[in-house]
Amino acid sequence: MDFKLNEEYEDLVRTVREFAQERIAPVIGEYVERHEFPYDIVREMGKLGLFGLPFPEEYGGMGGDYLAYCLVLEELARVDSSVAITVEAAVSLGAMPIHRYGTPEQKQIWLPRLCRGEALAAFGLTEPGGGSDASALRTRAVLDGDEWVINGSKAFITNAGTDITALVIVAAVTGELPDGRPEISTIIVPSGTPGLTVGRAYSKVGWCASDTRELAFDDCRVPRENLLGERGRGYAQFLRILDEGRIAIAALAVGLAQGCLDESLRYAQQRWAFGRPIGEYQAIQFKIADMEVRAHTARLAYYDAAARLLAGEPFKRQAAIAKLYASEAAVTTAREATQIHGGYGFMNEYPVARFWRDSKILEIGEGTSEVQRMLIARDLGL
Amino acid sequence: MKIVVLVKQVPDSGEERSLRSDDFTVDRDAATKRMNELDEHAIEAALQLVEEHGGEVTVLTMAPADALESTVRKALQMGPDRAVHIVDEAIHGSCAVTSSAVLAAALRTLEWDLVLCGAESTDGRVQAMPHMLSERLDVAAVTGARKITVSGGEITVERQVDDGYELVQAALPAIVSVWDTINTPRYPSFKLIMAAKKKPVTTLSLADLGISPDQVGLSASTSQVLHAAPRPPREAGVKVIDDGSGGVALVDFLAAEKFV
Ligand SMILES: Cc1cc2nc3c(=O)[nH]c(=O)nc-3n(C[C@H](O)[C@H](O)[C@H](O)COP(=O)(O)OP(=O)(O)OC[C@H]3O[C@@H](n4cnc5c(N)ncnc54)[C@H](O)[C@@H]3O)c2cc1C
Repeated sequence: MDFKLNEEYEDLVRTVREFAQERIAPVIGEYVERHEFPYDIVREMGKLGLFGLPFPEEYGGMGGDYLAYCLVLEELARVDSSVAITVEAAVSLGAMPIHRYGTPEQKQIWLPRLCRGEALAAFGLTEPGGGSDASALRTRAVLDGDEWVINGSKAFITNAGTDITALVIVAAVTGELPDGRPEISTIIVPSGTPGLTVGRAYSKVGWCASDTRELAFDDCRVPRENLLGERGRGYAQFLRILDEGRIAIAALAVGLAQGCLDESLRYAQQRWAFGRPIGEYQAIQFKIADMEVRAHTARLAYYDAAARLLAGEPFKRQAAIAKLYASEAAVTTAREATQIHGGYGFMNEYPVARFWRDSKILEIGEGTSEVQRMLIARDLGL
Repeated sequence: MKIVVLVKQVPDSGEERSLRSDDFTVDRDAATKRMNELDEHAIEAALQLVEEHGGEVTVLTMAPADALESTVRKALQMGPDRAVHIVDEAIHGSCAVTSSAVLAAALRTLEWDLVLCGAESTDGRVQAMPHMLSERLDVAAVTGARKITVSGGEITVERQVDDGYELVQAALPAIVSVWDTINTPRYPSFKLIMAAKKKPVTTLSLADLGISPDQVGLSASTSQVLHAAPRPPREAGVKVIDDGSGGVALVDFLAAEKFV
């Protein structure tokens, strides 16, 4: 039993930490303020190989593993969550399904550019009518000769409308199973396909420098071979993709919590009240001690889930635990960090204000906290 | 073209640094050790030249054994092909002149068209290594480059000076030191981090270089620090109490100190 990271992981973490401190921290506040997608930072992260981390070298990836990738997300989110979620959605939700379920041709066409971060892929599951109940999809795809004809709409899709978005993977109902349940499949829709309308960017509470769009499909036609994986396997596919993605979101949440801790520790030593640094008051010390406890515990939870994933063992429950605990830890920690910063904590120029606004979505995206509890309870046999 | 980049392990300049109380050499044990920042720019310059002209990059360092992780691996992670690490207890305390003798001996064992290094190290800040090596190896030295171009066996360097730059040309082989204005060093990708583990690192002792221990170290150094004392604490500043004339008092102060 050993929770120590090996040297390669440590070196990677150190490199990304330096990169995030030097290249992201000084400029990201302005992107967030302007609600602007940080193309320059994405390009640099692409050069660093962050978008290709868990993919094999033959497709332009870095040949790393899922833990290496999660460690990177943690370091990015420690500085900014918009940047981290842009990588997370591109890798876990966009490129991963192609890597896992794509044909050799599909991988050859898409993965190299995705791995370099020159292009982004989006994953369209959630619909305006509902996200938690993924079996209630309304979007339909019908085969017409050699083409799929897609109709429907998707809501809140990350990376769906950037200048470098190359495709969206759409989950759609493609028929009915013998038992009456819908047959669900996933289909690759390249950007710019006629019939695909990309909506305006949402005005969001947090993740303000990330791209989130509504998508409308109106007799949108793509070739039959754009089917991703087997017909009718869509549901099973995205359950697996979401299970993995939860470990990544947990890592991102740990990064946010750690960032709050870093900022609070510094501020508590600098800020004076009633004749001494506020860090000398037990009320503040206990808040910060609790932050450390939450960040540490959440980190162990996602390390454990990632280790099981790498070992090829079942990890569904552990991923749900990590996602649930880490996201709630992040929200609590961000609230407390803002509290420690007093009025400055409510000012956008302070990172903790951004962390606070960025934290809430962690309890919602890629499965709400309620959904995680449902998964855990179900896994326990209830 | 073959390029050797000199890199040095230094105490992190972002931290409190000190001299040892016994021999007044840099206290390397107390500090976090890292590669000299400017050397990263030298490596980047070497990699860019090799990307353009083909060839290979070797990193050369003279440093205690622990520099293997803090400096040599870090350097290799950026992309150079191999490293040579001179390690010998006897080197401790060597001045710039004796160090240059060791580095020159090592450079004689390597093939190169160009040697690159940082314009100075953040610990010693002597800035004279290129000149010393140039004397010992009988090749040109150009210091303080902000741009380097190579064509047809010649090197053209924009040499950064206070009020602009000088354009200097030299025949290869040559030794060039660089300032941080020359480029932005790359961050290592995961692939490079993994690859660095497998890159060859040759370790050389003084004996391997045909240098006897009494030619180096503190006792052989041409200069020695006889005494060092910490900087006296700052004196208390002038306090201006604003009783309505604060603005005038401030301007008077700034004028007296010739700030305005
Ligand atoms: C910024 C952002 C980015 C996103 N990116 C993507 C993306 O890239 N791709 C994508 O497909 N989706 C994306 N989403 C969508 C996200 O995954 C969904 O918002 C989420 O799954 C919840 O779905 P919903 O919003 O429809 O809420 P609903 O499903 O309508 O849930 C509403 C509330 O009811 C609760 N609830 C639902 N069912 C139950 C139940 N059975 N028992 C108890 N409580 C229940 C939920 O927990 C929640 O509290 C994104 C969302 C946001 C805000």
